Amino acid sequence: MSEYLLILVSTILVNNFVLVQFLGLCPFMGVSNKLETAMGMSLATTFVLTLSSLCSYLAFTWLLQPLGLEYLQTITFILVIAVVVQFTEMVVKKTSPLLYRVLGIFLPLITTNCAVLGVALLNIKKQNGFIESILYGFGAAVGFSLVLILFSAMRERIAVADVPTPFKGAAIGMITAGLMSLAFLGFSGLVNI
Amino acid sequence: MTLLRITSPHTQGAQRTANVMRTVILATLPGLGVITYFFGWGTFINVIWCSICAVAFESLVLGLRHQPVGFFLKDYSALVTAVLLGLSLPPLAPWWVSLVAIGFAIVVAKHLYGGMGYNPFNPAMVGFALVLVSFPLEMTTNWATPSPLLQDPLTFTQTLSTIFGTPSVAVDAYTMATPLDVYKHEISHNTAVVVTAKPVFGNFVALGWEWVNAAFLLSGVFLIWKRIFTWHTPVSMLVALTVMSIVFGWDADRYTPPLLHLYAGATMLGAFFIATDPVTSAVSNRGKLFYGAGIGILVYIIRTWGSYPDAIAFSVLLMNFAAPFIDFYTQPRAYGHAKAGRSESEG
Repeated sequence: MSEYLLILVSTILVNNFVLVQFLGLCPFMGVSNKLETAMGMSLATTFVLTLSSLCSYLAFTWLLQPLGLEYLQTITFILVIAVVVQFTEMVVKKTSPLLYRVLGIFLPLITTNCAVLGVALLNIKKQNGFIESILYGFGAAVGFSLVLILFSAMRERIAVADVPTPFKGAAIGMITAGLMSLAFLGFSGLVNI
Repeated sequence: MTLLRITSPHTQGAQRTANVMRTVILATLPGLGVITYFFGWGTFINVIWCSICAVAFESLVLGLRHQPVGFFLKDYSALVTAVLLGLSLPPLAPWWVSLVAIGFAIVVAKHLYGGMGYNPFNPAMVGFALVLVSFPLEMTTNWATPSPLLQDPLTFTQTLSTIFGTPSVAVDAYTMATPLDVYKHEISHNTAVVVTAKPVFGNFVALGWEWVNAAFLLSGVFLIWKRIFTWHTPVSMLVALTVMSIVFGWDADRYTPPLLHLYAGATMLGAFFIATDPVTSAVSNRGKLFYGAGIGILVYIIRTWGSYPDAIAFSVLLMNFAAPFIDFYTQPRAYGHAKAGRSESEG
């Protein structure tokens, strides 16, 4: 039980995918201008990331390994992620039109989130089991959501600050992300995985 | 300017920025005095050196930004950053560590965001965290040994030559690990009685540190009485830290006991002088309670399970990062409205 807790602490705080491993930076900078959109993106990413880490684990264990095709893992995972994203989009559209409208544009964007592919590949590299893979994906998504939401609230405040002209916009966003990354270094040593 | 028409009320604003900042600087002096008494001249020299560098960097950046240098220097905000940073750094840290820290604090953490009043992160703590992760050796081995434990403590000129250039004496003889560091590493293979018998813990809690923290606690209460800041942040931070250390650390043979958490390290300096920074903390009183509690909890987590012996800087930065989000959900109810616009819980 405690090892599952350690996986969550590790992926959410110590090895945060955005601020420590620098994965998924495009949506982190791209959809963090407003808090509401950041929340929508976080919800969609959490759902897809958990589901895709599960599916890619199954595809690797039951399809690629028996056939001896491990070298095809990257292209397989890209396919799996695209299918999961498309599937999510269709299901959400049929079952909950309201949620579809809230998440709408963010769903296709998740396909290009490198954290999703990163989680799938790291699961294989770390030889995580079935439950570990799901938790690893879920923890990565929660960590991503946490920093994305906090960052977007902070960017709304920076947007009205008197930032020197050369640093306005994305530049100060990058500097803020760097300082946040510095703060997250404080968690180092909490968990050694 | 003489014909300026001013509407009532014609009372003087009691709390101008410069007054507030000057009061904060004055309130750190008792603590600085106690540090100098117990740990030698190092921190005093650090504070002076940081102040000189801070004024230089502040003037340089204000000049580059085409802003009135004299006007902004007179609000003393750069000096407050410098004093807080100087107090946090190890007493015998080399001059270039302080220079890098204060330069990064003033230029990046403060002025890239638009200067005073806009910085989302506490500048002094950004500088401290930067040098802590960049120069871990200099930042952990240069804590001065309490003077009562030394045969002949370093003189002023010896300290000066240790910080600026080639030390005239072997520095190792005048430094030792901090009580928090010692307790954390010794307790894994010793009992509490054996560990606290070490000279670094003195007769009460931690030799020297207990008086330093008591001085900052008194100055902090004075500042609350002068209404420089409200009680919410420091009280909730100290309560959270105490509760955490009682719940998890009741067994002194395994974890650092509550009193050591409160009276060793930078706890009181952090609670009253660093966490209460009005710009980087949460705004509403309810928000400040969450903000302070967050710092207390993070301090305990990082001190106990993390790899750094003290955690004020990282905890404050992490909660600075969360402060806008806390503000978002703790907007006070506006008069005449049932509920604040975005708030979820009762206003």
